[in-house]
Amino acid sequence: MSVKTLVIDGKAVTGRAGETIFNVAWENGVRIPRLCHVGGLSDVGACRLCLVEIEGQRKLAAACLTPVEEGMVVHTSSERLKEHRRLILELLLAERNHVCAVCVMNGACELQDLAAELGVDHVRLRYRFPKLGVDTSHERFGQDQNRCILCTRCVRVCDEVEGAHTKDVFGRGSGSLIINDMGGPWGESDTCTSCGKCVQVCPTGALFSKGKSVAEMRKDRGFLKYIVTAREKREWIR
Amino acid sequence: MTFEELMEQQARELERQRALSRRIYCCTAAGCVSCGAEAVRKAVAAEIKSRELDGTMEVCGTGCMGLCSQGPLVRTSDDGALYGNVEAADAAALVSAAPADDPRLAQRRIDTSTPFFVKQKKIVLANSGVVDPERIADYIAAGGYQALAKAVAEMTPREVIAEVRASGLRGRGGAGYPTALKWELVAKQPGATKYVVCNADEGDPGAFMDRSVLEGDPHRVLEGMAIAGYAVGAQQGYVYVRGEYTLAIQRLQAAIRQAERERLLGSRIFEDTFQFRVDLRIGAGAFVCGEETALIASIEGRRGQPRQRPPYPPESGLWGKPTLINNVETFANIPPILVNGGEWFAGIGSAPSTGTKVFALAGKIVNTGLIEVPMGTSLREIVFDIGGGVPGGGEFKAAQTGGPSGGCIPAEFLDTPVDFESLARIGSIMGSGGLIVMDKTSSMVDVARYFMEFCMEESCGKCIPCRAGTAQMHDILTRILKREATRADLEMLERLCVLLGETSLCGLGQTAPNPVLSTLKYFRREYEELLPAEHSAAGGER
Repeated sequence: MSVKTLVIDGKAVTGRAGETIFNVAWENGVRIPRLCHVGGLSDVGACRLCLVEIEGQRKLAAACLTPVEEGMVVHTSSERLKEHRRLILELLLAERNHVCAVCVMNGACELQDLAAELGVDHVRLRYRFPKLGVDTSHERFGQDQNRCILCTRCVRVCDEVEGAHTKDVFGRGSGSLIINDMGGPWGESDTCTSCGKCVQVCPTGALFSKGKSVAEMRKDRGFLKYIVTAREKREWIR
Repeated sequence: MTFEELMEQQARELERQRALSRRIYCCTAAGCVSCGAEAVRKAVAAEIKSRELDGTMEVCGTGCMGLCSQGPLVRTSDDGALYGNVEAADAAALVSAAPADDPRLAQRRIDTSTPFFVKQKKIVLANSGVVDPERIADYIAAGGYQALAKAVAEMTPREVIAEVRASGLRGRGGAGYPTALKWELVAKQPGATKYVVCNADEGDPGAFMDRSVLEGDPHRVLEGMAIAGYAVGAQQGYVYVRGEYTLAIQRLQAAIRQAERERLLGSRIFEDTFQFRVDLRIGAGAFVCGEETALIASIEGRRGQPRQRPPYPPESGLWGKPTLINNVETFANIPPILVNGGEWFAGIGSAPSTGTKVFALAGKIVNTGLIEVPMGTSLREIVFDIGGGVPGGGEFKAAQTGGPSGGCIPAEFLDTPVDFESLARIGSIMGSGGLIVMDKTSSMVDVARYFMEFCMEESCGKCIPCRAGTAQMHDILTRILKREATRADLEMLERLCVLLGETSLCGLGQTAPNPVLSTLKYFRREYEELLPAEHSAAGGER
């Protein structure tokens, strides 16, 4: 397998052919922001937060979908990119009802963390405040559309890892919703195995375990890695 | 069918048509059908029957005759006269010895020596209004399928591509990518399974070029696809047509059946080893499915959402196989290019935009309808000579080209030649060919809001900038129109234009700001005038 050398933010790094800029950057301590990417799942390039500048290319490239090339010179945090990322986060915060003070994920939410990290101290856009539903029909989990950012991590983990494909996207545009099966209550789903993987990968409080109060929900980010590596590491219990 | 049989069929059909004293062509494209063309056709047919004129006269439905604003249109073959606003009551006069002498019809006769007719150059629409789209014999009589015969019998795939290259043909879907280059990319890909896809998911507001071609001359598109299949090494083609085009779907289905029956599609085409099947895939109403990666997802039966390119479809398209995707009008240009040669085509238009372009004229214009002009024709000629100008003596303000991805062209650029490069230079795009004319009564902010609403509703919702950004831009534009916006809102609007353009995943989001950008560029005053006075006075406060 051939190896490529490239420069990311002034740092000379190497990556295997076919590896993405995103993975090579993180391996080398360059933390490119992301919301839709989760290691272990396919990438869709939907959140646009990992966009980077590649010298010699007019268009910005999604780091999670762009394979490394020999001699590439990548910039991951120019002022222009930071400004774009801040505005994308503002768009997200204004799109639905992200009220941290009453959210189960307060303090551990990836959206909240990124907003703080990138310095989004206020939102310059009009809040849209849509009236969306909450589904608590499942015996162990709840789904709050108001906090959903449509990253589709839950859709992908359910399809690609659990193999159930309970969740999918319904509708289009800002009105898109994550639904269970054909749109019925989660608790009545025929396909859901209640494995909880969707809850663990959800970056916000849109999917949560029942019985958690404000700021009590914490997600197990390591479980996907565990599924992949447990056998070779001989970890039988976690 | 062999080439000899094809020529024999052509001769036989021409002989049959010559034996008739008159063919009465009724335009049965969707525009004329919607104002009563079917009733006219039926009345004429009944009149022929009751006068026992079968065998000497016949009525046939045709594709679009162009002057949609005066439909239903009828043309008589013996004297070539064209009549507009025809009613079923005119049937008797149409089959009479001298229809032109009938006082009612004489009043409705359309003068075909006006610029609308003489300034056009018809290649793609050559058969529209001339052949019956529901009869393959009519298309064969007009020389149909001879290009395919020539390609299969006399040319190698490489020679076919060379001919297309010589023509300089560029993609008519809007972006103007060189067609031969795309074909070559697919042809050179390894692997035995490849696909040819015809993008007929036309969805720009006010655009109906592809619909008219499919309704008026479906075989031309099928022939173009089969030639492409031969050139790139594909055995399967798909026409992805939008579900709203029921008449086009019906005619395409009939055309595919007829072509298969005549062995012009399917296996052993012209007794060669070349085989090519065409199937229809019907869209379900999503504009974004005109974007090629979303279109592929939709054909595969998945949710119609775009994905990141590269890989581009020529490398990895339908089911991961090399796939050629061209627009309806691009395929429709192929048969005449093979018959007349690439050089002939390259001589039309203005290099590097060769050939002709079909435009759908809509909005504040006298001659609403379908036209085809050589590339490089000026906007002034299109709007004023061919289009007849603004009705009621109104003053031209702007022309919108390229639909929701395009821009508004103000009066000062009326002399711009209409070609890919010139339109891009003034902040619009050629697009697929929709051309909407606006007069002084139109508010450009409202135009921008309208297109933004369209993009907001058609955003698939996958990427954040397009999904949430179009909604915010629509909100700001709506507030500007209600005089509730501030200068800070206008600044944010411009900021969002940059964000969407630079960060959206697919072309829909990347070009969604264009109508706003071009109206801001040329009609900024209209925006400023809608801001509250204290804000627009001295640089504005926040």
